[in-house]
Amino acid sequence: MAEFWSIYLLPGIIILAQILAIIVPLLLCVAMVTYYERKIMAAMQMRMGPNVVGPFGLLQAFADGAKLFFKETVIPTSANKGVFLIAPMITFLLSLVAWAVIPFDDGVVVSDINVGILYLFAISSLGVYGIVMAGWASNSKYPFLSALRSAAQMVSYEVSIGFVIITVLLCVGSLNVSDVVRAQEEGVWFFIPLFPMFVIFFISALAETNRHPFDLPEAEAELVAGYQVEYSAMAFALFFLGEYANMILMSGLTAILFLGGWLPPFDIAPFNWIPGPIWFFLKIAALLFVFVWVRATLPRYRYDQLMRLGWKVFLPISLFWVALTAGVLVAFDLVPNT
Amino acid sequence: MIVQGLTFYLFAAIAVGAGVMVVSARNPVHSVLFLILTFFTTAGLFVLIGAEFLAMVLVVVYVGAVAVLFMFVVMMLDINFVEMREGFLQYMPVGVLVGIILLVELLMVLGTASMSPEVMAAGTEPIPDLADRQNTAALGDVIYTKYIYLFQAAGMILLIAMIGAIVLTHRQRPGVRKQVISKQLARTREESVELKKVQPGQGI
Repeated sequence: MAEFWSIYLLPGIIILAQILAIIVPLLLCVAMVTYYERKIMAAMQMRMGPNVVGPFGLLQAFADGAKLFFKETVIPTSANKGVFLIAPMITFLLSLVAWAVIPFDDGVVVSDINVGILYLFAISSLGVYGIVMAGWASNSKYPFLSALRSAAQMVSYEVSIGFVIITVLLCVGSLNVSDVVRAQEEGVWFFIPLFPMFVIFFISALAETNRHPFDLPEAEAELVAGYQVEYSAMAFALFFLGEYANMILMSGLTAILFLGGWLPPFDIAPFNWIPGPIWFFLKIAALLFVFVWVRATLPRYRYDQLMRLGWKVFLPISLFWVALTAGVLVAFDLVPNT
Repeated sequence: MIVQGLTFYLFAAIAVGAGVMVVSARNPVHSVLFLILTFFTTAGLFVLIGAEFLAMVLVVVYVGAVAVLFMFVVMMLDINFVEMREGFLQYMPVGVLVGIILLVELLMVLGTASMSPEVMAAGTEPIPDLADRQNTAALGDVIYTKYIYLFQAAGMILLIAMIGAIVLTHRQRPGVRKQVISKQLARTREESVELKKVQPGQGI
């Protein structure tokens, strides 16, 4: 019995506690990101934003959540019931599982696997299924068009994201997420030598999370709300939570790949007093600000322009940079040894 | 070890079950979804034998890209279930033949295992050992050195298939107005907008 406790039960409980320790703050952050977004957009458009519920409107997100929770879940009669209900769960689930390999500080990570970056890439490439399944299962025109758009868009931008990740990995010499950050500890943060890749990655992240200016799958002016049209109550809330959790995840990934993850900008006195997770949090918050800033500033892309940008601009540039980076690393004997 | 064994049987059972559902599901979209489930559980099996790189590549390539395109096509099909029933007997012999070939191949592998266990033991032992070389690096060691020509040949075959598909489906339609991006970008304010002072009571 004691053996059973020490081999199976105790590790199980520890893993469960670790999962909760990530997911609960994450969901709180998602709630605050919606508030953050609405306040920034309001400030940019000279409005007040949410200011009624709680002090400075801080509890607005929870009021919205409670409202959605008490609404009725409507399932359209012609919908494919099983797939219709699984779709929002998949979106939500995929946005949470990726956090298993994100390091918050040196060694503070749930699962420190060798192929962490590939795992993140795999999970983000699965994100399309929630939308495609929702669009198809709704059995309705607008969601279906949205599903088609989303499938094509996400596959296109994944290609350039893949090449950007390869460029970073060439400079790191390991697929471990923590190693990516450690590689930036000795040298400079990767956004300086790989600046064009940083820009491409961020824009592709916007497309991958279906955010403005690439929010064609849910373009409210043409497709009403795309794949979300037929969803109500908690099913809709799961999509919403998943989408915002994905935004935080992509910001976190950008911070890890290019902005040195948990590292302070300078390793000198006032900066390295602040613990790593706070630096990581600040970097994510800054990147999320850019997400919102882009939304408040830019008009939506036309679909053919979106495809052209992905295939004819980003793909050749990122491919060229992969070759260039590899060439420079070999020519100057900078290849990290594994 | 017990947990590993249980996980193996769980994944294996799901993979086989989902594989059966791929061919027996009525709705083609459900078939594709079960196919994705099969890929996913297979990736889980790869993780269990310590081939985490293969597992992740399987998910990225097959689930993340190939199956999305499958789904993209299948979703748009206008399915007539009656017609599909009719075609069943017609394609049956081919299906049975493929099934038999696969079965024979599997039996041959199993036969090798039972007749000469030392060959299989060598095959299942990763070289170099997992402890001193991660499998991503181990794959990189051989793919780009020992098997470079085969690797390049595989790439060439895929490239030819891609070019072939484009050549076969591409058609030039005369008289269709297209976006010329360079022209759109080259437009300046001076040549497209002009501010005119219009006097009251007069046109331009």
